[in-house]
Amino acid sequence: MNSNKDILVKLNNAGFRQREKWLVEGVSLEVKKGKIVTLIGPNGSGKSTTAKIALGIYKNIEGSVEKYTDKVGYVPQKISIDWTLPLRVNDFMVLTENIKDDAINEALSLTGVIHLKNKNLGSLSGGEFQRVLLARAISKKPELLVLDEPVQGVDYTGEIALYELIKKISDTLNCGILLISHDLHTVMSATDHVVCLNGHVCCSGSPSDVARNNEYKTLFGEQASQILSIYEHNHDHEHSHEGDIKKN
Amino acid sequence: MLDDFFIRALLAGIGIAIVTGPLGCFVVWRRLSYFGDTLAHSALLGVTLAYSFELNIALSVFIISSLVALILIQLQKKTNLPGDALLGLLAHSSLAVGLVVIGFLTFIRFDIMGLLFGDILAVTVNDLIIIWIGGALILLVLKLIWKPLFASTVNYELAEAEGLNPDRAKAIFTVLMAAIIAISIKMVGLLLITGMLIIPAAMARNISDSPQKMVIFSIIGGLLSVIIGLFSSLEFNTSSGPSIIAASLFLFILSLLKIKQTVQLKN
Repeated sequence: MNSNKDILVKLNNAGFRQREKWLVEGVSLEVKKGKIVTLIGPNGSGKSTTAKIALGIYKNIEGSVEKYTDKVGYVPQKISIDWTLPLRVNDFMVLTENIKDDAINEALSLTGVIHLKNKNLGSLSGGEFQRVLLARAISKKPELLVLDEPVQGVDYTGEIALYELIKKISDTLNCGILLISHDLHTVMSATDHVVCLNGHVCCSGSPSDVARNNEYKTLFGEQASQILSIYEHNHDHEHSHEGDIKKN
Repeated sequence: MLDDFFIRALLAGIGIAIVTGPLGCFVVWRRLSYFGDTLAHSALLGVTLAYSFELNIALSVFIISSLVALILIQLQKKTNLPGDALLGLLAHSSLAVGLVVIGFLTFIRFDIMGLLFGDILAVTVNDLIIIWIGGALILLVLKLIWKPLFASTVNYELAEAEGLNPDRAKAIFTVLMAAIIAISIKMVGLLLITGMLIIPAAMARNISDSPQKMVIFSIIGGLLSVIIGLFSSLEFNTSSGPSIIAASLFLFILSLLKIKQTVQLKN
């Protein structure tokens, strides 16, 4: 088992209320070095809110957050860049930290967008921008990565490659990852711990534990439960873009 | 050499343009032009207080503008009024109060036109010292908060999540805005200071593809506006403020030609 010094961020019964409405409450979880914790749950279940609590973006929270690292990389779910700013990919890469050119090139190559380095951010497609966001977050070599829907808008083959990359990053950098995703299939294969949210923690545990949980089944349906359990056995299938399973 | 009023005005204008260049970029990026206007309007009250209590004008303007910024932040937190309504409320009420106070100070002769539109004859050696030392301090502080301020301008949550403390940077930037208004009020006049911040930066936006370039072009644009403006002010006997701003407008129009070219190239 990991000792406590491996903990990067820990939420104790944390919650956040905005205008008298709870966005999420009673969340306890911890992200450790080298581990991937995935938050799943329907829209509005408080996944992004939980990530923002962990990051310290929300200040007046219930419960508490213990953060043991300052080296954080964040890929937000929604980001609107104001085009009054002339900003190239290269400028965006050094936004929060001065990073050596080698590290910038390496990160952009890993996510497959090195050719866009001198392009204006405004000229990128949604998928390209998402790859740049991920490259920026990993180029800092963070100890904690928080990825909120990191592959949205990326094409299907790219999606798989990026999830593999995320897994590889967690191994090579030994960083902890808090991941939010809608895609149950791809994520589960790499995840160490799943937290299923619906305004509160419905259930949590290893992917197989969660798959067997009744609350999870009511939330996502029986089929989703089968998806998870498939991952326990083997990988003799592919996934289509819609998320159904194609047996080989 | 400093005996010559024109040399003094030129040196003052150059000092101001170097500072308004980078600050103006942030005003454009963060959409703060009306905020700058509000601080500038409140400067009149600062000037009248300076006369009443025999304080230094720059210091007095700096204090009042910072105070107005502080009140604005409090009002934004405590009321449900939209930001632009609060800005309008503060801009016009502080201007009005300033003018009313002037009405009471019958024993002092005010050059209202000079206050509103700038007066190159008014720049003293003392003002020059304030402009250059104050300007250097503003630039130094801006350099120190550049990273968090710029990052939070691009995206607040990214900056906050990655530990850059954007709220502190924003508060310090507000103080810098009050400071630039305080040191440039004599030169450009309180109605036109925001123009000095925005127009060169807007011109620079048209011809830049990176933030660094925009800052540099904004400074160059400001310097050219000051030089062209002051010489024409001398030549045609016009107020210095409007002459400088008109010159910057001229440069802005020239920069539009460049946009037209790039658009044509793209097509």
